[in-house]
Amino acid sequence: MARRLITGLGAPLLAGAMLMALPAVAAAQEAAPATHAEQPFDYWSMVFVFLLATFIGIGVIRRVSRLLHTPLMSITNAISAIAVVGSIIVTGSDYPKEIRLMGAVALFASMTNIVSGFLITDRMLKMFKTKREADQQ
Amino acid sequence: MTGSVVQLTYIVATALFVFALHWMNHPKTARRGVFSGVAAMLLAVVATWIQPVVVHHGWIILAIIAGFVVGVPLSLVPLTAVPQRTALSHAFGGLAAGLVGTAKYYLWYGEGGGELSPFRMTAIVAEILLGYLTFTGSLMAAGKLQEVKWIPQRPVTYRGQNVMNIGLLLVAAAIGLWLIINPTDVLAPKMFPVVIGLALLFGVLLVIPIGGADMPTVISILNSYAGLSAVAMGFVLDNKLLITAGALDGSSGLILSIIMCRAMNRSFTNVLFGAFGQVQQAKQLEPGKVYKPETIEGAAQVLEQANQVVIVPGYGMAVAQAQHKVRELYDQLKKRGITVKFAIHPVAGRMPGHMNVLLAEADIPYTDLVEMSDINPDMPQCDVALVVGANDVVNPVARYDKTSPIYGMPIIDADKAKTVYAIKRSTRPGFAGIDNELYFSDRTWMLFGDAKKVIGDLVKQLTDTGGIH
Repeated sequence: MARRLITGLGAPLLAGAMLMALPAVAAAQEAAPATHAEQPFDYWSMVFVFLLATFIGIGVIRRVSRLLHTPLMSITNAISAIAVVGSIIVTGSDYPKEIRLMGAVALFASMTNIVSGFLITDRMLKMFKTKREADQQ
Repeated sequence: MTGSVVQLTYIVATALFVFALHWMNHPKTARRGVFSGVAAMLLAVVATWIQPVVVHHGWIILAIIAGFVVGVPLSLVPLTAVPQRTALSHAFGGLAAGLVGTAKYYLWYGEGGGELSPFRMTAIVAEILLGYLTFTGSLMAAGKLQEVKWIPQRPVTYRGQNVMNIGLLLVAAAIGLWLIINPTDVLAPKMFPVVIGLALLFGVLLVIPIGGADMPTVISILNSYAGLSAVAMGFVLDNKLLITAGALDGSSGLILSIIMCRAMNRSFTNVLFGAFGQVQQAKQLEPGKVYKPETIEGAAQVLEQANQVVIVPGYGMAVAQAQHKVRELYDQLKKRGITVKFAIHPVAGRMPGHMNVLLAEADIPYTDLVEMSDINPDMPQCDVALVVGANDVVNPVARYDKTSPIYGMPIIDADKAKTVYAIKRSTRPGFAGIDNELYFSDRTWMLFGDAKKVIGDLVKQLTDTGGIH
């Protein structure tokens, strides 16, 4: 049982630990005066944003109607396809071809998620009707 | 100048995303949420595209067109296939994050590695680990849900599975750590693909031991990972919009996972590494227990006499595509002045909220879809409970049998109704081979056959007798 517990927590914990380790790494970065960073790169504020956004997300999503959990998943899916922003920059910048190609594939994947995610969410939501709305049809 | 415009647009987009999710709190306002989300996405794309660093446009346009070409058909799948589509989109999300992380690493490596600070490297390693494991894990989940032939549906388990998985993850993490410390080493560009390969493999191995009934939880967890990989991308690219949007997705997946786990009285650990399917021979059909079959005519008669009917749908309803017939039955009963409600268990189906969407598709008003905790107190007053393709979620064994794999799982109290009709395809035990005590209760009668056909016959019977009143 104990072994299972340790194994089970592995993946999420590792991922969590990696993200949680960022502040520590950021601190180390600050301590060692900038050898690389040409422009100030504000690690702390990013970690803050992540923390606060997670709390806001939890607060907002807890109130989502249980009826709508499937559409919720498809809309958050479309929203997290915001990776499109990174993909556009990688695809469109003056980078070597292979790198831009990876960006283009990522852009295609994100765009697919945006298009299908929003469309199917709306399609599902249109189906949710009250008694009166259902009778009118 | 463009910089400020871009940042301002990103802030507006962030606010719109939060509103999009806020409006999902009620079906009445939910569609507004979609418009808000689309507006935010449009703003973000335009603001990014107009930045001066973006100088090549051909491939961008091409990729966007390709996204539409694939995305539109994907949004038109039948609603029974929504779980697969969702899993597939998590895979796409993971892939995008993984690829951007990979591209950025090689780009910065090629530029001499000055940009590869330990902070960035940590974020890149987290991004590719999460991204690629989400990619293959979600593909596996989608394959299992779609019942693709060469992907085993049943949980695949073997000795030392957990040890192997954790070992693999540790190796990947160790190499990742080495990369963080030596990002510009000559060997680094060769070790990077190794981490990718291990993450891809880990994704497959993570989902292989998971069975159908655990899919709602697994999909939710993968949803969370897809969000977290977007967060990691935000750290890599120093982009706060990515961080916020990714965090919203990540927390949504987290909350859904918790709800799913609670609804099954299991922990994350147990779902991911417990291999539910193994405890199969826990209970065999005890001798002396027999099913009591009932005829369509008999059931129709009892239904007609009822004041209050509760229908308990499960995955079987989705498989048989019976939701439209269920709607006809609902209409027939309503016409007779009978109160009809649907009892929705959080894990019924293959993803969170699956049953609600199917019933809404069949034009059943959402006001009649009732959550488990709200309907259970009313079950003793219910005259007929009609179980349509649900099994474990109505099994009373969960209340008292400590040896049962579903012990402690909250259930819908169908057994407290005055009469129970259960529609079941065959006499075989259901998922995980657990006998359902409900079927042998004094009050329960069985209607054997395909859910769609049985309900269709019930409707026919009720239509024929409709005049006699």
